[in-house]
Amino acid sequence: MTSTVIEQPLHSYHLIAQTCLLAGKIILQNGGETYRVEDTMVRIAAAYGIADAQSYVTPTGLLFAMDASVPTTRLIRISERSTNLRKVALVNDISRRISQGKLEVSEAHRLLTEIDEQPFAYPVWLQVLVAAIASGCFLVMFGGRWHDFAAAVLAGGLGFGSMVLLHRLVPVKLFAEFVASLLLGGAAILLVKSGAASNMDSVIIASVMPLVPGLHITNAVRDLMAGHLVSGLSKGVEAFLTAFAIGAGIAAALSFY
Amino acid sequence: MSWGWIEQAVMSFISAAAFGLIFNAPRQMLPQCGVVGMIGWLLYLVCTEMGLEAIPATLIAVIIVAIISQLFAKLYKTPIIVFSVAGIIPLVPGGTAYDAMRKVVENEYDIAVQLGVKAFMISGTIAIGLVLSEVVNQTIRRIERL
Repeated sequence: MTSTVIEQPLHSYHLIAQTCLLAGKIILQNGGETYRVEDTMVRIAAAYGIADAQSYVTPTGLLFAMDASVPTTRLIRISERSTNLRKVALVNDISRRISQGKLEVSEAHRLLTEIDEQPFAYPVWLQVLVAAIASGCFLVMFGGRWHDFAAAVLAGGLGFGSMVLLHRLVPVKLFAEFVASLLLGGAAILLVKSGAASNMDSVIIASVMPLVPGLHITNAVRDLMAGHLVSGLSKGVEAFLTAFAIGAGIAAALSFY
Repeated sequence: MSWGWIEQAVMSFISAAAFGLIFNAPRQMLPQCGVVGMIGWLLYLVCTEMGLEAIPATLIAVIIVAIISQLFAKLYKTPIIVFSVAGIIPLVPGGTAYDAMRKVVENEYDIAVQLGVKAFMISGTIAIGLVLSEVVNQTIRRIERL
């Protein structure tokens, strides 16, 4: 093959493909936008001298092909997705260093594997605590009274905490969200009935905010606008289903009120 | 500056930073998440105070949120999504969606549909605002390249 690109040994092509895929996989699994996944993979490949890499990304799997002297096509199935923007930022950083030519393939692959394996997440208790505090803040922002602050903190913490827990126990995400918001609504009703809170509406609105699929909605629209129609639509459906589950849970709780 | 505005500023800062933490944003970026969320929320409040409807107020706030997120993304070499997600969270029409849901439960479907459409329009506005400022940004970059 005659090309201006420096010929790489066979195992090196293999490693380049692995590195690209790993970077794409981490971004996709942790809540990055689809265009970022494709862009990162193609950029890394280009930085290692493979000019015509192709990628096709959907929320549930990614395809990557390079047409170098040894054509390779790979597919990775993504079954679990979560939100961890720190990992997205870390991979972004590595991809930038690769583009600047500051990172060898083997070193990049090692760093990416490290990122993939480590959790890099804040402890769950801290997340629940922070979600609870955020609920209290939302209560004040949405015109609630300071009197209801504690109730919103309690209901918000319960809702978010039970969602995190249920996500681990229940295989169907939709159901976990439904039950979490049902519990949240139930707690708010009890708090109002027992006299600990005065306005049930504002307590529920504030404490449901941590469950709202804001990231999915944002990602869905950005994907659609960037021309990633399949990803955009499926992420939009995911966001809609989450919103629907939350709404149904709250509605179910309210119907007992 | 009355006490109410300071209260709103502090609360929106805390809640946006909290959302950064819930989404596992890098620790050093949490204050910036808070700042983006605070500016967006205060702008929204100012706009509604001046008599604007919820939808144009949201649009203005989101566009500014997106512009600041882009500046931060460039400044800190961090994906823009870290900032923009935290920034839009306070603007999500949770209250309107809740009211719609409540009317459904009370069998007042006509009002429920009205409120539901309003919530849908506001979330659409958030999306449009985010994309609009990105498109403008890219266009400016292309013009500079000419």
